[in-house]
Amino acid sequence: MTASLTTSGTPAPFLEVDDLKVHFPTSDGIVKATDGLSFTLARGKTLGIVGESGSGKSVSSSAILGLHRGTSAKVSGEIRLDGVDLLTLSNEDMRLHRGKDIAMIFQDPLSAMHPYYSVGAQIAEAYRVHNKVGRKAARSRVVDMLELVGIPQPDRRYDAYPHQFSGGMRQRAMIAMALINDPTLVIADEPTTALDVTVQAQILDLLGNLQKEFNTGVIIITHDLGVVAEMADDVLVMYGGRAVEYGPCNEVLTHPEMPYTWGLLSSVPNLTADTNARMVPIPGNPPSLLNPPTGCAFHPRCGFRDEVPGQLCTTVLPDLEASARPGHLKRCHLANPDRIYEIKVLPEIAPELAKEA
Amino acid sequence: MWAYAARRCVIGVVLLLTLTLVTFMLFFAAPVNQARLACGKICNEQQIAVTEKALGYDKPFYAQWGSFVRGVVEGRKYPLDPELRAAAPEIVTDCTAPCLGYSQFNAKTVNELLTEAAPVTISLAVLAVVIWLFFGVLLGIMSAITKGSIIDRGIVGLTLIAFAFPTFFIAVFFLKYVVVKWGLLAYPAYTPIAEGGVGAWFGNLFLPSFTLALVFLASYVRITRAFVLESLSEDYIRTARAKGLKGRTVLFKHGLRAALTPLVTMTGLDFAGLLGGAIITERVFAYPGLGSLTVDASNAWDLPTIIGVVLVAGAFVILMNIIVDIAYAFIDPRVRLG
Amino acid sequence: MSEAEPVTVPGGGEAPSFEEVSGNSAAELDPTAPPVLTVENLRMYFPVHATGLVRRKVGDVQAVDGVSFVLPEGGSLGLVGESGCGKSTTGRAITRLYKPTSGSIHYGGQDLATISARNLKAMRSEIQMIFQDPYSSLNPRHTVGAIVGAPLRIHDVVPKNQTLKRVQELLEVVGLNPEHYNRYPNEFSGGQRQRIGIARALALRPKVIVADEPVSALDVSIQAQVVNLLQDLQREFNIAFLFIAHDLAVVRHFCPEIAVMYLGKIVEIGDRDSIYGNAHHPYTQALLSAVPDVRQAATGGRRERIQLQGDVPSPIDPPSGCRFRTRCPIAQEICSKHEPPLMQIGRRHKVACHFPGRLGEHPREPLTTGLLGVNGEGLPDPGVSPSNDLVDQPGYADTWFDLDAKSIGRA
Repeated sequence: MTASLTTSGTPAPFLEVDDLKVHFPTSDGIVKATDGLSFTLARGKTLGIVGESGSGKSVSSSAILGLHRGTSAKVSGEIRLDGVDLLTLSNEDMRLHRGKDIAMIFQDPLSAMHPYYSVGAQIAEAYRVHNKVGRKAARSRVVDMLELVGIPQPDRRYDAYPHQFSGGMRQRAMIAMALINDPTLVIADEPTTALDVTVQAQILDLLGNLQKEFNTGVIIITHDLGVVAEMADDVLVMYGGRAVEYGPCNEVLTHPEMPYTWGLLSSVPNLTADTNARMVPIPGNPPSLLNPPTGCAFHPRCGFRDEVPGQLCTTVLPDLEASARPGHLKRCHLANPDRIYEIKVLPEIAPELAKEA
Repeated sequence: MWAYAARRCVIGVVLLLTLTLVTFMLFFAAPVNQARLACGKICNEQQIAVTEKALGYDKPFYAQWGSFVRGVVEGRKYPLDPELRAAAPEIVTDCTAPCLGYSQFNAKTVNELLTEAAPVTISLAVLAVVIWLFFGVLLGIMSAITKGSIIDRGIVGLTLIAFAFPTFFIAVFFLKYVVVKWGLLAYPAYTPIAEGGVGAWFGNLFLPSFTLALVFLASYVRITRAFVLESLSEDYIRTARAKGLKGRTVLFKHGLRAALTPLVTMTGLDFAGLLGGAIITERVFAYPGLGSLTVDASNAWDLPTIIGVVLVAGAFVILMNIIVDIAYAFIDPRVRLG
Repeated sequence: MSEAEPVTVPGGGEAPSFEEVSGNSAAELDPTAPPVLTVENLRMYFPVHATGLVRRKVGDVQAVDGVSFVLPEGGSLGLVGESGCGKSTTGRAITRLYKPTSGSIHYGGQDLATISARNLKAMRSEIQMIFQDPYSSLNPRHTVGAIVGAPLRIHDVVPKNQTLKRVQELLEVVGLNPEHYNRYPNEFSGGQRQRIGIARALALRPKVIVADEPVSALDVSIQAQVVNLLQDLQREFNIAFLFIAHDLAVVRHFCPEIAVMYLGKIVEIGDRDSIYGNAHHPYTQALLSAVPDVRQAATGGRRERIQLQGDVPSPIDPPSGCRFRTRCPIAQEICSKHEPPLMQIGRRHKVACHFPGRLGEHPREPLTTGLLGVNGEGLPDPGVSPSNDLVDQPGYADTWFDLDAKSIGRA
């Protein structure tokens, strides 16, 4: 697959991930955490990667950052950032990219910060490793950054330790740390999962505003479709280490074409939904990455296999191919997903929308 | 913080008092006539009575304990009975505060005994701690960062073998082979720094300390290895790597600091335990430390000496505990700042 | 590898078709159900000690401070709020994992807050708890059979030789393979472990289950399975649920009645429509507006949100007057002087605010002055005598203050 997969329009992609595979050899066999993932991202745009635990979403982002180097993981494919294939770089060259061009925001800011060093010192460290500046200059830069992310009295809070911050403040500090070198790409791995809703709202707003200001490309990894709907331009749904649906956010979330995406939508109740809406779970459990199901990885949990002729679902892995809608890719054998969604799924999970349709 | 330390010290003093009281009680529960023992083998009833009076054994044990405690604060003069002192002023022994008692068996005050023995044990223990910490942490880190490799397995295996041999075996082995047969080192005999300088002090201490260190080495290697591995899998290590820090910085600045904190507790307590006397090592190498003193005193039912050793050993344990806790507060801001 | 190894579908059986997967719609309210549990003015304080030379008490964490509600038989009440609001502490006080500082918990003619240790044991079989973390709440060294069977043996409800049979029944009820009773918790996935926890809670046929964040540690697709299971069980065994969660959408689905807590107090309580469609407290409104919504993808972009400033204050030293005032967009002077009483403003709707109103329609003048006997600035008003009965009563009265009609409403 090539760069022609750009889905959200005009700006040229600066990040192109092509056929990324992350395999972990274990004594029981190879765990294929990510198995052939391709996507692109343009500057200033946001890609939401959605999936459950074990879908490979976090592993893939760690691979972009080169965090699997020095472990037993086998990473293959291409990750081109501004034309440079990160996977071909030496460890030292990759290190110079890390934190400078690509930064990461983690899920739990309390455990992601070192408990023994002050918040300011940890951010300053991130700055000084890529910039030859003295302590004083670094400190004033960090204080500016803390102010930018909305931490009150930044000069005083510089010397506070992570445990003295509230959850929201810690995540703001993590954002300051990620943005201090003005990276072109920020990967946010479940940035708000550990936070309360009102704080989540603050953090998402902050992230969106800073992204606009710095024209940063953002990959936001989450299990929450609501967060994706709010933040992302493009969305990529992952299941069992592979992309199963990929396209512009409003397109994929309003006209999903893959039963797993339907399942994700149907298993989350909506705040404004009709109270007659059913909460339909996806039966079973996520697949094993060691012995993935044959054919489509989702087939053991899929409720629409009888719509597909023969044994296609259990024997043939569907390609990630274009659907009828522009820029919308899906990995499913269903021939008429739109119709099934409207007739069978929508009336159950959102009766009020089905009537409109 | 300091208020906390002060509170701990107060509790420590109370603990020490209890410790001596219990030791007194245990000794007086034993079916041994202290005065007869102290007096010597050929003593008639009258001499025993005099000894009893001279050492205060004629009083009930709580009164003896009381006068012991007072002696720690004020000092004592032996014989305790003023009449006996007046009768023979030439034999009066002045035991200045903090007086820990008088050992008739050794014909010395306990303070003198302890001042002679403690430096031996402290030297031994300090050197042993330095050796086992240095090698334990070094090998533990090597083992952790080469996890699963031949180096890792070799280190863990070898230290376990050393651990499996009893101390007296290792000590005798060293004496027999390293000293006597191969002549690699001179036969160790304790030499204070004041007499032979640091070189002689160290040269004579090395073998016994190394023997002592070997016992602890295995567990320190394993624990360091486990803590470093745990620390390296923490989220903040991932953050440190994601910042683009050098591998060395990640390991030493971020990984080790957290990993080695629990070692402070372990080292403090193990060290405190050793200060009470490394009995086997001291015995085999014939070092006149607190361990040897304890064994001799126990054999002779020498209560005053035993109480002195118990008190000093207990004080070391309590003191190290307080030091460990304060050290923790310095290392970990979560403890310091609540 | 940062993600947990997933567990394969046991048996690997055929997936049911979409229509066969029984999903439930939102639970409905039965307004005539008699109360099974009545909580009145519950307080739970935890002492705070100074770390000086002497350990003396310097204050209290006022985790729960005067909470009242009624749990109807076979119904569910949702307790929502952000971390530190006291919702979990309330649950633990009701199951008597904590001894409440004051207040009463009426259940079956007894007051659980002051019950004797012996009676407490008998009561424990009827009020059970489901915990958040399915990984740490099951002993990894006990088999599933031992875990689920333990309450049966402790309370001696079935003969020893029938314990296994009952355990297998329970496993079947929660959708697990009954043959797996001799497996250990680590052989199950997160969702299955939560089912084990539910089976354990069901073992003694409880009348009340306190579910503390029962689905928040689970994957999205598994959350729906567990919520549906709980709904089925509730219907089948007529169990009342106190459903504690921070996920407003799940609570809306599961609970026909909801109480919103902030810093140890209930700020708004009511039925689903009152809370989700007609919220009158600025905190509830902010909370609701903060939840990201999938459907906005259709319109694109972010919605307008009520931004709350700052963080939740410390429960050791809560703000004077209304506890929400430090972050409230509509706070006025009276808010720092007087705590707003929980006023009934609808048939099943109470709110604790001096300026209750729909979003954008909050009144300019405080509506609580009459009750408190003060003027608009919160100073004592000699012309008005304060109402004696400001302590919140559990349940709802037959008359209320209708804000729209500015009159007394009647049932």
